[in-house]
Amino acid sequence: MLASLLEGQQSVLAPRGPVAAEIAQTAWVLFAGAAAIFAIVLALALFAGFARREWAGQLSEHVLIVGGGIVLPVVVLCVLLAWALLRFADLPLASASERLLAIRVTGEQWWWRVEYLDANGQRDFAAANEIRIPAGRPVELRLESADVLHSFWVPALAGKLDMIPGRTNRLRVRADAPGEFRGQCAEYCGGPHALMALHVIASDPEAFERWVAAQRAPGREPAVALHERGRALMLAHCAVCHTVRGTAAAGERGPDLTHFGSRRSIGAGLAPVNAGTIASWIASGQHLKPGNLMPEFAAFSGAELHALAAYLENLQ
Amino acid sequence: MHARADLPNPLPRPAGELEELKRLWNPPRGLRFVTVINNNYIGVMYVGTAFLFFVLAGILALVMRVQLAAPANDLVGPQLYNQLFTMHGTVMMFLFAVPAVEAMGVLLLPNMVGARDLPFPRLSAYAFWAYLIGGLVFFASLFAGLAPTGGWFMNPPLTTGTYSPGINEDFWLLGIGFIEISAIAGAIEMIVGVLRTRAPGMTLARMPVFAWSMLIFAVMIVFAFPAVILATALLELERAFGWPFFDPAKGGDPLLWQHLFWFFGHPEVYIIFLPAAGMVSMIVPAMTRTPLAGHRFVVLALVATGFLSFGLWVHHMFATGLPHVSLSFFQAASMAVAIPSGIQVFAWIATFAKGKVAVKTPTLFVFGFLGIFVLGGLTGVMVAVVPFDWQVHDTYFVVAHLHYVLIGGMVFPLFAAIYYWTPYSSRHALSERVGRWVFGLMFVGVNVAFFPMHVTGLAGMPRRVYTYAPELGWDGLNLASTIGAFMIAAGVALFLVDFARRFRMSAEANAGNVWDAGTLEWLPSGNYSSRSIPLVASREPLWDQPNLAHDVAAGGYFLPGSATGGRDTLITSPVHARPQWVLRMPMPGWPPLVGAWFTAAFFLLLTFKLVIPAAACGAVAIIAILRWAWSLDPPADVAPVSIGGGLRLPVYATGPRSQAWWAMVILMLVAASLYGCLLFSYLYLWLVSPAAWPSAAALPGIGYPLATAACLLASSAAVGYADRTLRRHGHCYPLAVALPLAVAAFAGSVAAQRRLDPGESSYGAIVHAFLVVDGWFVAVALVLALFALARQRAGLLDRTRRVTFDNARLFWHYTVAQTLAGLGMVHGFPRLVS
Repeated sequence: MLASLLEGQQSVLAPRGPVAAEIAQTAWVLFAGAAAIFAIVLALALFAGFARREWAGQLSEHVLIVGGGIVLPVVVLCVLLAWALLRFADLPLASASERLLAIRVTGEQWWWRVEYLDANGQRDFAAANEIRIPAGRPVELRLESADVLHSFWVPALAGKLDMIPGRTNRLRVRADAPGEFRGQCAEYCGGPHALMALHVIASDPEAFERWVAAQRAPGREPAVALHERGRALMLAHCAVCHTVRGTAAAGERGPDLTHFGSRRSIGAGLAPVNAGTIASWIASGQHLKPGNLMPEFAAFSGAELHALAAYLENLQ
Repeated sequence: MHARADLPNPLPRPAGELEELKRLWNPPRGLRFVTVINNNYIGVMYVGTAFLFFVLAGILALVMRVQLAAPANDLVGPQLYNQLFTMHGTVMMFLFAVPAVEAMGVLLLPNMVGARDLPFPRLSAYAFWAYLIGGLVFFASLFAGLAPTGGWFMNPPLTTGTYSPGINEDFWLLGIGFIEISAIAGAIEMIVGVLRTRAPGMTLARMPVFAWSMLIFAVMIVFAFPAVILATALLELERAFGWPFFDPAKGGDPLLWQHLFWFFGHPEVYIIFLPAAGMVSMIVPAMTRTPLAGHRFVVLALVATGFLSFGLWVHHMFATGLPHVSLSFFQAASMAVAIPSGIQVFAWIATFAKGKVAVKTPTLFVFGFLGIFVLGGLTGVMVAVVPFDWQVHDTYFVVAHLHYVLIGGMVFPLFAAIYYWTPYSSRHALSERVGRWVFGLMFVGVNVAFFPMHVTGLAGMPRRVYTYAPELGWDGLNLASTIGAFMIAAGVALFLVDFARRFRMSAEANAGNVWDAGTLEWLPSGNYSSRSIPLVASREPLWDQPNLAHDVAAGGYFLPGSATGGRDTLITSPVHARPQWVLRMPMPGWPPLVGAWFTAAFFLLLTFKLVIPAAACGAVAIIAILRWAWSLDPPADVAPVSIGGGLRLPVYATGPRSQAWWAMVILMLVAASLYGCLLFSYLYLWLVSPAAWPSAAALPGIGYPLATAACLLASSAAVGYADRTLRRHGHCYPLAVALPLAVAAFAGSVAAQRRLDPGESSYGAIVHAFLVVDGWFVAVALVLALFALARQRAGLLDRTRRVTFDNARLFWHYTVAQTLAGLGMVHGFPRLVS
C-alpha cells in the first residue's frame, strides 16, 4: 500500500518533475500542519469532556472561543495563504521567449489523440495514448477535447488540467530524468472512463530525436506474406477510422496506427501490445472496454485475425 | 378559579377546554390518516423517508465497494456502475441530506419555539408527499436501467442529448426538479415559522441555536437552489429542443453549467451542515447540563458561514483552466470559511469544560462528529490550496474529504439527534447499550472505509471509476475501504433493529424529558404541542423557571385552549416576539395529498415524454391546488379573541403582519435569485462568445421593448388602481384590466424575437430562455389575479378580507419589475456594447 503511494507510477508523492515536486513538498507540509492541529483539537476536546472537573474548569471559555476559534485559525490561515501564494507565484519552467516543443493532446471518448506540432503550430505527426518527451526539457501540452469534458492528469509530472470542448488549456511540464509515468483521465467522461489511461515516456534528448524521426517515417512495410494479408484486411476494414501513413488508410475517427506496434499499450492503457491482445481487441473489444466506440469485428476468421494482428504488431 | 399573579390565565382551567383542544388536534382516523398535516406526524414520516433513502443509497455504495474491492473486478460493468455512483450521490445529497435536516426542523421547530404547528401545515404535507412519491419513483429508475449516468453534478456536454441520448438524464433533471421545489416550500415554512410564530418573550437573543440554524438554512436555500433550478431548466431545454447553452460549437459553454451548479452546490453542503451544527448546539448543553458557551459567537458563526459559503463555488473548478487571479481569491475565501466552523468547535469544547458530560449515546455521536468533522475540515483547508487541489481534485482524496465532512458533519449529528430526540416523539427511548455498539461500528467503520481513501487518491486513483488496474498497488487500500463500508452498514442495521423494537410514535405519551434539557420542546406535550404557550424569559426556560412545565400543562399560560373554535397558534413579532394576532390553522384534508401525487405524476410522465397523460395529471394537480387555495384566507370579520394576560388579539392580518405576505415576499426573493442567475448567464455567454451577439442594427426595433414596457407599466397601474378601489369601494374589479395588458406585453416580447432561431446559437437560446421564464411568471401572475377576481365575485374578498388580492398585487408588481429588467438586458445590453 505504502509502496504505491511513495513509489508508484501514478502517485502524487512520487514526483518526477519540478511542478509535481513542488506540490509534493507542499503536500507534506499540509499533512504535518493538519495532523498537528487535529491532535491539538482532539486532545482539547477529550480533556474538556473527560478530565477532572477541577482541571477542565481551568480552561477559559474566552481563550478557547476567541483564541482557539478566531485568533488561531486566522493566524494559521493567513500564514498558509501567504505561503501558498508566494510559493506558486511563479514556477518558470522556461523563459518567456523560449520556444517549447508543443504537443496537442485531445481527449476523446475514451482515448487520447496526440499530435506533435511543428514551429508553425501545424501537425507534424500523430500518435495516440502515449506521449514521449525529452527529459530535462520543458514541453507545452495543448489540451483540447473532441467531445465531452476530460482531464489530463499525469501525477508524476504536474497537477491535472481539464480538457474542455471549445477551449485550449495549456500545461507546461518537464521531466527531471528519463522514466515512464502513467496518467489517467480525471474528469468523468461516461462509459469506460475508468479505462482511459496514458503513458508518458521521458527519454534522453538523443533518444527522443531518434524517436521523433522514426515517428515521422511512414508505417513499416510488410516483411512477410502474412503481413501483406493483414495490410489488405486493414485497408478494407480499418481505413475508415484509422490512419497508417504510407498506405491509403487516412481515417481520423480513431487513433493513428502508423507506429502502433511500438506503443506501451492498446486501448489507452488497457493491455500491452502483442498479437494476442491486438486480436482480442479487434474481435471482442466491447468485452474488454464496454461501450468504447470501436465496433467489434467478430466476423473475422481466426486466420484473418492472425494476419491482421501480425501486420499491426509489425507497425513498429 | 383564581388568578395567579405570575400567570396570564387563571387556574384551574374550565372543564372541557383541554378535551376540545385534543379533539381539534387529533389526527384523522383510519385510511384518512394519510391526510394528516400536523408537524408531529409529517415530521416523523419525513425523517423516516429521509432515512429510507439513506439506507437505499447506502446499499448502492455497498455494491460499488464490492465491485472495487478487487482490481479488474467484473461484478458490475461500467453501464451499471455509472448509474450506481450517480444515484448514490444524487440520492444522498437530494433525497437524504437536505430532507433529513429539513425534516428535523419540521418535527422539532414548532415545539421548540412554542408554536402549535408550522405556519403552513398543508404546504409541508404537500412538500412531503411530493418528495416521497417523486423520490421513490426516481430511485426505482435503477430497476428499469433508466437511472441517470452523468454523476450527481451532471456536467454537459456528457449529459446533453448528443452524448446521453436516452431518457436517463431527463429522469434526473425532471425528477430532481420538483424535489428542489419541495425544498423551497420547506424554506418558506422555516423562515416564517422561526420569525413569526415564536412564544411571547422568546426574543431573537433567547431563541435556541437550532432555530437560528434552520433560519439560516432556509435563507440559504432561497438564494442557492434557484441556481440549480435554472441550470436544470436550461439543460432540459438543450436536451429537448436543442437550445445550445452549453454547446461550444454554437457559442455555448460547458463551464456555464459548472458556475450555475456550483453556485448552488457549495452552499448546498453548508445547507446540510448548519442544521446539524445547530442540533449539536442543542445536544451539548443538555448533555453537560450547562448553557452553551459563547452562544453569541456560535450564532454569529452560523450567520458568517451562511454568507461566506456563497463566495467559494469556484473551488470546485480549480482544474478548469481559469485565470490564476480568480483562483487565488477563491482559495482565500475557501480557507476563510473554516474560521466560523472553528468557532463553533471551540464553543462546544468550552461547554464541555464548563459542565459535566453525561456519557450517553448522543454524547458519543457528538464526540465522533467532532473527530471526523474536524479531520474533514482540515483536509478541506488542504484542498483549498490550489496547486495541491490540482493533484487531488477528482481523486479519492476528495472522496475521503467529502465523506469525512458529510458523514462527520451531518450523519453523526443526525444519529446523535435521533438518540437525543426519540424520547420526544416516542413512548420509549432507544437502547443505550445497543447505541454504544451502533456508535462503535459506525465510528470505526467510517475511519476504516474513508481514511485509506486519502492514500488511495494520492496514489493516483481517480473518482468515478468502475475498476482499476492490478499493477497500480491500490488493491489493499480498496479492500480496506470495502471492509469499513460493511462495518458502517452493520452499525446502521443494528440501529434499525433497535429502532424498530423501541420507537412507538407518540406526542402525548412520549418518554418525556429524560435528559433534563432546558428548551421548550421538552415541555409536556400532545398533538397540539404544549397545552398553553409559555412566556419565555431566558434561553433555557425549563432550567430557569422551575414550575414552567407544570404551569404550561395546567393551562396557565397563553392560549390554553382553542381561541377561535378551530386549530390556532400565536403570531408574534420577528425580533421581540410580542404577540400580534392569532392565526387560524387548517384541518387535515385531501387537496395537498392529491396535489402532491399528481404533481409528481406530471413531472414523471413528462420524463417519459407521455405528454397527454402528463397534462392530464397536471390539470388534476392544479385543480387540487386551487381547491386548497380556495380555502385559504378565512373571513376577516371575526372578533378579536382573548389569549390571556389581558391580551385581546385580532384573528386576521393584512400587509407585513400577515404570514401570507411573508411567504409571498420570500417567494419573490427566490424568483429574484433565479432571475439574477439568468441575467448572469446572458452576460456570461456574451463574454464567452461575443461573436454570436447581434449588432444593434440586427436587433428587433426599439419599438417592441418600449411597447412591452408600456403595457407592463400600465398593467401595474391597473393593479395599483384596483388596490385603491378595494380600499375605497370594497372591490378590485379594475384588476381585470391588467390581464389583457400582461398578455399583450408578453405577446410583444415573443413577436419581437419571432425571427430568432433558439437552436442556432447561444444568443438565440438565452433570449428564448428569457421568454420562457417571463412567460412562466406572466402565467402565474395571471392565475393569481384571476383567482383574486374569482374571490371577489364569490364575495370572499372585500375591504378588510384582502390577503388574496395583496399577494396577487405583490407578485404582479414583482413580475413587472423583473420583466423590465429582462427587457433592459435583452434589448439594451447589445445596444450598449455595439
